[in-house]
Amino acid sequence: MSAFILEMQNITKTFPGVKALDNVNLQVKEGEIHALVGENGAGKSTLMKVLSGVYPHGTYTGNILFQGSVCSFKDIKQSESLGIVIIHQELALIPYLSIAENIFLGNEQAKNGIINWNDTITHTRELLKKVGLVESPNTLITNIGVGKQQLVEIAKALSKKVKLLILDEPTAALNENDSENLLKLLLELKKEGISSILISHKLNEVSKVADTITILRDGKTIETLDMEKDQITEDRIIKGMVGRDLVHRFPKREPKIGDLIFEVRDWTVYHPQHENRKVIDNVNLNIRRGEIVGIAGLMGAGRTELAMSIFGKSYGTRISGRLYKDGKEVQFGSINKAIDGGLAYVTEDRKNYGLILIDDVKRNTTIANLDKITQRFVVNENQEILDAEDYRKKLNIKASSILQKTVNLSGGNQQKVVLSKWIYSEPDILILDEPTRGIDVGAKYEIYTIIHQLAAEGKGILLISSELPEILGMCDRIYVMSEGKITGELSGQEASQEKIMKYVINQQQEVQ
Amino acid sequence: METLKSMFRSNIRQYGMVIALITIMMFFQIVTNGVLLQPLNITNVILQNSYILVLAVGMLLVIITGNVDLSVGSVAAFVGSVSAVLMVTHKMPFIPAVIISLLIGGLIGAWQGFWIAYVKIPAFIVTLAGMLIFRGLTMVTLKGMSLSPFPVAFQKISSGFIPNFLGGSGFHTTTVLVGILFSVVYVLFELRNRNTQIKYNFDVIPMPFLIAKMVAVTAAINAFMYFLAAYKGVPNVLILLFILIVIYTFVTSKTVAGRHIYALGGNEKAAKLSGVKTQKVMFWVYVNMGVLAALSGLVFAARLNAATPKAGVNFELDAIAACYIGGASASGGIGTVMGAIIGGLVMGVMNNGMSIVGLGIDWQYAIKGLVLLLAVAFDVYTKSKNA
Repeated sequence: MSAFILEMQNITKTFPGVKALDNVNLQVKEGEIHALVGENGAGKSTLMKVLSGVYPHGTYTGNILFQGSVCSFKDIKQSESLGIVIIHQELALIPYLSIAENIFLGNEQAKNGIINWNDTITHTRELLKKVGLVESPNTLITNIGVGKQQLVEIAKALSKKVKLLILDEPTAALNENDSENLLKLLLELKKEGISSILISHKLNEVSKVADTITILRDGKTIETLDMEKDQITEDRIIKGMVGRDLVHRFPKREPKIGDLIFEVRDWTVYHPQHENRKVIDNVNLNIRRGEIVGIAGLMGAGRTELAMSIFGKSYGTRISGRLYKDGKEVQFGSINKAIDGGLAYVTEDRKNYGLILIDDVKRNTTIANLDKITQRFVVNENQEILDAEDYRKKLNIKASSILQKTVNLSGGNQQKVVLSKWIYSEPDILILDEPTRGIDVGAKYEIYTIIHQLAAEGKGILLISSELPEILGMCDRIYVMSEGKITGELSGQEASQEKIMKYVINQQQEVQ
Repeated sequence: METLKSMFRSNIRQYGMVIALITIMMFFQIVTNGVLLQPLNITNVILQNSYILVLAVGMLLVIITGNVDLSVGSVAAFVGSVSAVLMVTHKMPFIPAVIISLLIGGLIGAWQGFWIAYVKIPAFIVTLAGMLIFRGLTMVTLKGMSLSPFPVAFQKISSGFIPNFLGGSGFHTTTVLVGILFSVVYVLFELRNRNTQIKYNFDVIPMPFLIAKMVAVTAAINAFMYFLAAYKGVPNVLILLFILIVIYTFVTSKTVAGRHIYALGGNEKAAKLSGVKTQKVMFWVYVNMGVLAALSGLVFAARLNAATPKAGVNFELDAIAACYIGGASASGGIGTVMGAIIGGLVMGVMNNGMSIVGLGIDWQYAIKGLVLLLAVAFDVYTKSKNA
């Protein structure tokens, strides 16, 4: 076995009031892919910030050994000069600069402050070839998808002569294809001797590429598992993460399915800017009371667009088709009408579209249904406090109080606030768009339980998710969407990952 | 004690502003050898700043939505000039003239709101254009000259005082009575509030603290009224301001419309997806700003007893500064009416104090600029510490 490229020994880092890291040890071998897993708040990001110098030497205790020598980084520049590069979840690319400009940003190929564009372009070409990205170096970042942007980030890391590449949730925003490509690239880089640390919630990916897994929980190292030796299963990893046997990742439920509650017929939507591009093509679907209906598909299949166009035409132009609720045709011409009609849409992007981050839990809870606590234009703030407190308890939102600003909550709790907002609007049908994205296993389980409760109350649930296990574990019936069309419908029992993927891929081959 | 602490912490910006205002007043009281708090001067400070405070109330709503309105000074001047044409040239009685002027303000607001809310042109650009357009139209209306005098009844808006029913030479007893009545209403209001909170089983401020607070506020009200009574009593324009403050505080803090304005400023996309009619809200905020700009223009014209082409220059900057000093956030979603008023008063007292001391206009500008910068810096600093 090769030597360690990185050893982090007894790292302890305290914030006022909290011990974020408690004697953490991490050892990464030369040329391996080392996965770092743990629930949100387990300390993964903090550990990486200590490593990369975001938290400078002296603000933590413990030792960092890189290639055998002790390091005390004062800032990111120093760690990068040694070849430690971190790629954050939120990509740090500048949209209106070209790929080449982004790759060499802060590291310009210049002499006396004058940029040598020929060198820049040539080097960019080499790097893009290495990461397998077929794009001109002059293409603007804004014109390429997230998957390709991720590759640009890696090319940028390579340009800095990276030895240890750290990826924080690199596939969180990628579809299956792009994720696959990215993981392949990691394996390629490994062959060239570049070690990497992969932080991910997607355990199937971790078990696919990682050589070693270190599990953090509550700021402590729980264990380090050798994938080859120990024959690690996903359940084994989850057990380490949550500290208990999670026999069922999904809570049990006896579905009680009633009458048809919502129906979409011949739904067609065009792109808001390119008015001749069909985004949703003749979609038909229905939901029954107490039923959880899933929509599976790749990112870009048009699932969010479908949901938003139904939700008061908040997406798209030239929308045609009919909506039926309880057998009667309804018109949802505006978001207000959709809400009044008993529809709720929980967005996939809670920070930008779901929450007013500078407002507290209370105000976010009531915003979609202020009428409930309003008499003659006046909001009854006392009743509001009672109601918000009620929902905080019901959904087990972990906040210091309902007056805490939502910006300071963790992802899982933010998601619960968004959910409580929509449950407070007393809908009959809930469209949940990626309700567990970027949330740890424990909070996921709680959200699944809430979804089950809603279904048990007789509401219709439409669950959009990119995680196939979630679709399979939660749904009574599944629609598969691809290229704006419904390409298949499966019952919960007959569905499997393979069958769903078949519907996705068949459609794509047809198109080609 | 805990509740008190958390209450103080969540309102630190508001209390901080009040403390800053009192400190500044104390400072100038000392350096002006007591001139600042003389009854005549207090009345003057109110009259001098009334039109800025009217603007600040409207501007606050605009700033909560995350925008600014640069046109209000020009709009005030334009409406002032139109009212002069109506009242001075055409001898129209003052009530219909005022109504027409306010309607024109509303129309101007609708014009700008349309471009901002529905055509989605950045507010900065639309109102910058408005600043030029309405300044130009003011000059056209007045043909480059001043128009005066206004009817006496109209002048009374800014220069009049409430009548003294009770007589009493040299001392305005009605004003004192108003102060007492007002204190009673305030105390009843506080007690009622407390009772509802008890009804809802909430923690309430312990009675001794509440009494202390009521005593302090009542004392402040009555002292203030006493000062006014020692000169000519309550100015009419103060009544106007008081009504505006009450209405807008109520609207912003208690009504659905107010909530929607804050939600729009906090996160437009999320507000829209929560059923807030964001375009409509934005449009009406600008209509409201137009009406208040018109009102401000009328107050200013009445005070000057003339409409001039140069009226309202830099008013927009004073109004915007008042909101920021009063704790409004430039990125929207945060701010209170009371804060904007206090911010306006901080500027007003400083203007007045520095003038009494005899400081030149040059230094006044520089110092006001510094105060604006420091107030916002303090804001940013406390926020980053809390986060």
